[in-house]
Amino acid sequence: MNLFTILISTIFINNYVFAQFLGICPFLGVSNKTETAAGMGVAVTFVVTLSSVITYVVHHYILANLGLEYLQTIVFILVIAALVQLVEMFLKKSSPGLYRALGVYLPLITTNCIVLGVAILNIDNNYNIIETIVNALGASIGFAIALLLMAGVRENFELADIPKPLQGFPISLITAGLMSIAFLGFSGLV
Amino acid sequence: MTAILYPIVTLGGLGLLFGISLGFASKVFAVETNPLVEAIRNVLPGANCGACGYPGCDGCANAMVEGKAPVSACSVGGQAVAEEVASILGVEVGEISRQVATVLCQGDCNKAKNKYKYAGLRDCRAQNILAGGSKSCSYGCLGCGTCVDVCDYNAIYIVNGVAVVDKEKCVACKACIGVCPKNIIELVPYESEFIVKCKSNDPGKVVRANCNIGCIGCKICVKNCPEEAFSFENFLAKINYDKCTNCGVCAEKCPTKAIFSETEKVNLKAQ
Repeated sequence: MNLFTILISTIFINNYVFAQFLGICPFLGVSNKTETAAGMGVAVTFVVTLSSVITYVVHHYILANLGLEYLQTIVFILVIAALVQLVEMFLKKSSPGLYRALGVYLPLITTNCIVLGVAILNIDNNYNIIETIVNALGASIGFAIALLLMAGVRENFELADIPKPLQGFPISLITAGLMSIAFLGFSGLV
Repeated sequence: MTAILYPIVTLGGLGLLFGISLGFASKVFAVETNPLVEAIRNVLPGANCGACGYPGCDGCANAMVEGKAPVSACSVGGQAVAEEVASILGVEVGEISRQVATVLCQGDCNKAKNKYKYAGLRDCRAQNILAGGSKSCSYGCLGCGTCVDVCDYNAIYIVNGVAVVDKEKCVACKACIGVCPKNIIELVPYESEFIVKCKSNDPGKVVRANCNIGCIGCKICVKNCPEEAFSFENFLAKINYDKCTNCGVCAEKCPTKAIFSETEKVNLKAQ
């Protein structure tokens, strides 16, 4: 039950994009097409989940044992950066199209604060390894949902009659704000 | 001492570990790329406009290396890029003829008649849906400037209801050609001074009724051309630019002035 609560709360109530405002950069940058948004969602899911597990192991078995908790941030960044490199190589080999579509946003997963945020929150909330994985999965699914919703809306901007000063980025920001307010409706669910 | 040593060893050790595993991963996931492709890709303009017919500059660079595309495939880069590509590939580049887009219609507001007054969206594609646009001639330029909007190089402007391409600015990216609902924009050699600026396949009588400057299919140009560069079908004269020597006989004889003459325009301007 606890795991289910964590999952639902990270996907909807504490959605990392709409409620905690982490990962806004790729959220606005890669949400032009649903196809690339889905690709980005999968890439982030992979990185977040794997980095959560590795950072959990590194923190509890290396840093905590040696009393080096203060190295948390730099070590976590190291783990994330290495993982993103791995994902990048993998994508370049297996799916060059997606690799090109994601472009600069792929290496930028490194600086996507969702990844570091989830890793640190896992430690702060004293989650065990199972809860860590569930939390990471929930966070990245929430991110993917936010990205897909936004991409779906933005694809329709092409056809919409938007006033000229609001075209492009401004209307995207307004939409993101409105979606964030809509997600407030989930608060109190758990 | 340990307070300094542990963090250094931990961080260094983790860094080394990740470094080594990434090194292995890069061997496993290595993608073989031809260094020539990379080099050519750097020479190309990088606008990914698609004018070459390949999906973006990467596609074009690949095709050039594989020999499927000529070194001059990039019309935007023109001679300069072709020479650089040729030097990378170690082949000779001949003199390539620069091409520019031209709007094949001169039926401006004074010369062409309208069948109704259009007051809708300022977009040729929208106007074309309404019974083929407001021009009586179903082949003519609608003059809403959709081609002007898509031109990234500010090479097109509307003069008295007809689009005109500034051939100095045009890079032949074909963006306007793709967007024109009437298909009256075509690439012609930069050097061509004489162009049949009409696309009407109507018989001469119909053309005359609709427009003062259309090709009426009289074949005078075909008969008079010393190089036999003209072909004629569907009531429309066509110049074979490979044969044309820019002698100007055709423009001189053309009764409706549908054959556009650049020199004459220059003369008019001079006056």
